[in-house]
Amino acid sequence: MPLDRLIALVLVFAPLSLVSLGGGPSIFAEMQRQAVEVHGWLTDESFVALFAISRAAPGPGSLIAALVGWEAAGFAGALVAAVALYLPSSLVLLAAGLWWRRRGDSPVRRVIERGLAPVAVGLIFAGVLTLMRAEGVGLPEWLTLVGCTAWLMRGASPYLVMAAAAAAYAGLFRIGAIGA
Amino acid sequence: MADAMPPRASLGAILAVFAALGMASFGGGLPGWMHREVVRKRRWMTEENFLAGVALGQVLPGANSVNLALYIGQQLRGWPGAALAALGILGPPFLVILGLALLHARFGEVPGMAVVLGGVAAAGLANSLTVGLRAARRMRGLWPWAVAAVTFVAVGVLRLPMIPVVLVVIPASVALAWRARHAA
Repeated sequence: MPLDRLIALVLVFAPLSLVSLGGGPSIFAEMQRQAVEVHGWLTDESFVALFAISRAAPGPGSLIAALVGWEAAGFAGALVAAVALYLPSSLVLLAAGLWWRRRGDSPVRRVIERGLAPVAVGLIFAGVLTLMRAEGVGLPEWLTLVGCTAWLMRGASPYLVMAAAAAAYAGLFRIGAIGA
Repeated sequence: MADAMPPRASLGAILAVFAALGMASFGGGLPGWMHREVVRKRRWMTEENFLAGVALGQVLPGANSVNLALYIGQQLRGWPGAALAALGILGPPFLVILGLALLHARFGEVPGMAVVLGGVAAAGLANSLTVGLRAARRMRGLWPWAVAAVTFVAVGVLRLPMIPVVLVVIPASVALAWRARHAA
């Protein structure tokens, strides 16, 4: 039943919405676990392919939720997944927006910010590790990850870096160095 | 109140500006673009008000770019402004990403496509890793590193479900930040 799927999408993405600190990277690990391992909406390989599509598209990386919804239940699934992922966090933000303004630069505010930052860092690294462990990811991808990270840390445009990675992979594939 | 009354943003202008920004948001860097459009070019809000929104959007759950758009829309025109800013920043990319997925479903079997997409995905992950590394470099003291390490091991290495993990880790981390508040 498609309705069951739509409800399942809401139950997966609405809670993720409220813990997506720093956006997509912090929830990729759990999104992959739910979509692939728990619900079996798609395979590990297609999750990685969708991740690549979501990085090549405009918009926040967490829009991969729309693609997971699409795989699970078509266009309605994409819409439901996107609304479920963005609506709860948006309501929190708007509620806090009113309260926060009155708080100014208070000690409480700074303490909460400092406490959340390292959690977000740990979640981002966990998301990267999870996706690098997927099937079909090997030494070339690890080298790409390390090389691109070093390049980005030196201030390169993410667009340029991704285009270079695509060109390098296309070239290596053509000469038969990678893939089979 | 040194600044003159900022020009009042119409709801249509908010939608138009954020729809354009949404399509420009490849690979991050969106707060920079928003600052340019909203503060410098249009003078819809002050620098301080904008920076408060940047901090708020990063601390609270949700995509940073979506949160910042919501905040700006809310400051400018309340709930309708927030709704239109979010629609602008998410609507066009939503349609584009589905279009790309359709193209992939149709042409995904092209030889080498999966290999190239794998490489692009690794480069995209480098983008995420860079965000994490930059934030890590700003951490001062031992406890933030311990919190980051515990979170990483629990969610990334042990593959524990994230929500129970953060429900334990976030209060602990805020408590540690409270204890260390005079050190930093």
